[in-house]
Amino acid sequence: MKQKDILLSMFKSKMFYISLVLLLGLFLLDFLGVKIGTTVTDEKASLGVSALVSAWFQFVSMLKIVPPIFLMIGLLDIWVPRETMIKLMGEKSGPIGVLIAFFIGTMSAGPLIAAFPVAQIMLKKGARYANVLFFLTIWASAKLPILFFQATTLGVEYTIVTNITLIIVYLIGTYGIEKILSHEEKKQIYTIAENAL
Amino acid sequence: MDMSTIILYGIAFILLVISIVKDKGKTKKAVKKGWMAFIKIVPVLIPLFLVVGVVLSIVTPQTIKTVLGEESGILGVLTGMLVGSIAFMPPFVTFPLGAELLNNGAGYPQVAAFVTTLMAVGLVYWAAEVKFFGQKAVALRNGLAFLASGIVAIVVWGVL
Repeated sequence: MKQKDILLSMFKSKMFYISLVLLLGLFLLDFLGVKIGTTVTDEKASLGVSALVSAWFQFVSMLKIVPPIFLMIGLLDIWVPRETMIKLMGEKSGPIGVLIAFFIGTMSAGPLIAAFPVAQIMLKKGARYANVLFFLTIWASAKLPILFFQATTLGVEYTIVTNITLIIVYLIGTYGIEKILSHEEKKQIYTIAENAL
Repeated sequence: MDMSTIILYGIAFILLVISIVKDKGKTKKAVKKGWMAFIKIVPVLIPLFLVVGVVLSIVTPQTIKTVLGEESGILGVLTGMLVGSIAFMPPFVTFPLGAELLNNGAGYPQVAAFVTTLMAVGLVYWAAEVKFFGQKAVALRNGLAFLASGIVAIVVWGVL
């Protein structure tokens, strides 16, 4: 597919129209003078405009990490042989695979959506599903800079207790999910990843 | 820009230089691959961020304070988990809000339930995530995150 076709495919996605309808709904609420969310605290604010501003800020914060992350995805795809990934994070990688998944997840930056393509390239290169899932869960909740921020706002004790609990549950849970998914279902996930990059 | 972003740029730059020194042709191919990987998620990103924007403008910290302020006990934990699953907030808003909830008299387990689901359960992300991993895997991942948040709330209840 050409770049233009890929970008235009957005207009075929259901989500795009759902998001537009939601946005129009907000402007309708503005028009009707209904006060919820931001307009409760700020009378003059517009729900629709504030949604667009927030969406823009999210998009910009994503764009900030796009160059390094996608560059590394490309480099990894070209330079790292499948055998290396299988050895590091594959079925027989054991604790090393788990540690690598944890390390990459916790050292990362950016919203979870940026983790999905990274997870896909890992799958494409033959990483074990449970390891990739563990990486995703760590990215979502235990990123190192976020942990420091959490400790300063909610307290060190809270941060340690919650994150140790999370890591243990995730460790068991991701292997559980790997067991729950059938062989075919997993194969399908790997196929999506292989066709995506 | 925060520290981790700078480090990320640093590592990517070093890897790029090494790649160029080793093989220019391969580097070109890698950059192209990375670029295409990005282009492919743009059609997913735009609707996602629009939905996130809508959620952010309806579910504000103020809304959450009114919803979570009064509930306590197990009902408070469940409410926290539910609100945290639906809402979306960047971490730099989430944690100060959690701290404020604590100051306003909310309990640690309720705040833990809310903060943990807010970060890990992404109902807003659902449609986008499905495009990457398929329906069942996404349901299971979010289910695990929801379960983990419940367990965290229970542990916090016992320990803190």
